[in-house]
Amino acid sequence: MSELSLQLLIVVGYLLLALLVGLVAYRVSTNVAEDYYLANRSIGTLVLLFTTFATLLSAFTFFGGPNIAYAQGPEWILVMGVMDGVLFAILWYLIGYKQWLVGQKQGYVTLSEMLGDRFGSPRLRGLVAGISLFWLFPYIMLQQMGAGEALAGLTGGAIPYWAGAALITAFMILYVVLAGMRGVAWTDTIQGLFMLSVVWIAVAWVLSAVGGPSGATAALGESNPEFLALGSQFYTPQYIISTAVVIAFGVTMFPQINQRFFVAGSSRVLKRSFVLWPVLVLLLFVPTFLLGTWAAGLGIQVPEGENVLPVLLGEYTPVWFAALVIAGAMAAMMSSSDSMLLSGSSYFIRDIYRPFIDPTLGETREAWLARGGVAVFATATFIASLSRPGTLIEVGNTAFGGFAQLTLPVMVALYWQSTTRDGMVAGIVGSQLLYLSHVFVPTVTVEIGATALPLFARTYGGWDVALGGMALGTLLTVGVSLLTTPAADEKASRFVVGAD
Amino acid sequence: MVMNARIRTLGWLATFSVLVVLSVPWFWWGDSRTAVGIPLWLWWHIGWMGLATVVFYLFTRTDWDRYMGVEDV
Repeated sequence: MSELSLQLLIVVGYLLLALLVGLVAYRVSTNVAEDYYLANRSIGTLVLLFTTFATLLSAFTFFGGPNIAYAQGPEWILVMGVMDGVLFAILWYLIGYKQWLVGQKQGYVTLSEMLGDRFGSPRLRGLVAGISLFWLFPYIMLQQMGAGEALAGLTGGAIPYWAGAALITAFMILYVVLAGMRGVAWTDTIQGLFMLSVVWIAVAWVLSAVGGPSGATAALGESNPEFLALGSQFYTPQYIISTAVVIAFGVTMFPQINQRFFVAGSSRVLKRSFVLWPVLVLLLFVPTFLLGTWAAGLGIQVPEGENVLPVLLGEYTPVWFAALVIAGAMAAMMSSSDSMLLSGSSYFIRDIYRPFIDPTLGETREAWLARGGVAVFATATFIASLSRPGTLIEVGNTAFGGFAQLTLPVMVALYWQSTTRDGMVAGIVGSQLLYLSHVFVPTVTVEIGATALPLFARTYGGWDVALGGMALGTLLTVGVSLLTTPAADEKASRFVVGAD
Repeated sequence: MVMNARIRTLGWLATFSVLVVLSVPWFWWGDSRTAVGIPLWLWWHIGWMGLATVVFYLFTRTDWDRYMGVEDV
């Protein structure tokens, strides 16, 4: 068998296997919306943990992240630890558990639905859903771009970029249309466990060839001694803090993550996931990012437009194993996208289509319309991904920053009963406008006296502008709430849980 | 009793703040010592994540529900 057909066999075989699991899950689910989106709020610890975890397994984990570690050193492991291991875990409690409690009581399925009901405002509901879909778009593109690059890199260009992106798009649509949340949750779990195992096998394989971690690090000390020192021109404290804070806050408002906050079977499930979180983050990101860093010391050359991890594996492991890792990474990216598409479609149907277009939409038709929405959205992101509008990192970071703008107004609303509808709208619209203008308006430099002041820059003095947007959103939400009185149809008691 | 609860809350706030801030060993900025092939600062981080797990576990066993106003179940 030729190398190419073996690689293809492994990749397509693995994707088909994932599809099969989804089909089995579909057989045990009923075709009503709550099960399609939320698997009837019955998810257990292992599945919740891995399904949340697997949605964080993205093109960044296997390609973008190791690429940075290869070029700049392994400090991204720290960024990941602060961001996902600690900050996100705390937000998991503050936002996630609170939303779970509120969701148990009121039966909400989406964040926008929860806010719209609490503030008696279908318009707020539509606004939050629209903003979420807007920022979801580039993030799904990111997965398609990653898959296209991965297959092209694995096969040395025999499968062109567009074909890889098209393959993953086709599987994504097929998969989500057939399975729903229950199916996605199950494949996420299997893929999460699978990827954790192969990543560690890959580390063992590479290290055994180069004299263990000491050998690999000694080689790195020769070629790039600066990578071993904590911090650099690239990894400034401002960079580490901005990136960790913005992404951690952004992640909580990602539709697929936020919807996970409603699906736990019991509070015990949420507690266990919260505890295991930092360990799981370590287990995944330490090996992937260290492999990227060590590759620099081992003299690995990465061709333009390719990623370091597949090249490294190609050098040190057999063809079938490298193909298996790429297949696993693609499947993980597919499951990330599946969850996003599924949540995105529920936002669209429940929070935009039903309130504004067709209020009489029934449960069964809703589930089918959701599937159609997924196909349209995935096709649109696929077409956009063909133009490759930036690196994986740039596209990803922009999306996280956009979602992060929603987090603090939502937290204020969850905990402060005097929050008003006007306050929410001001906080959300104000911060989005600030952030959007900095993303889309080109930087201009103005001279004030002797100092040059850049306007519309993405960073100021090394700090991400998204942090400024988050602060502005909080100030506006609190300030405007203090100045206005709640409308008659606002129901502050909706977010009060327990002791009532 | 009320006083006690307030001290506990301050304790948790301080604990979680330290947990976040010292996830990165800022005091070793620029340090490139290694042990067993891994930079010392990375070993710190690995140990710190382990500590975070222990603290999170203790929190779920004690005050997790209290701050949300629900009875322990």
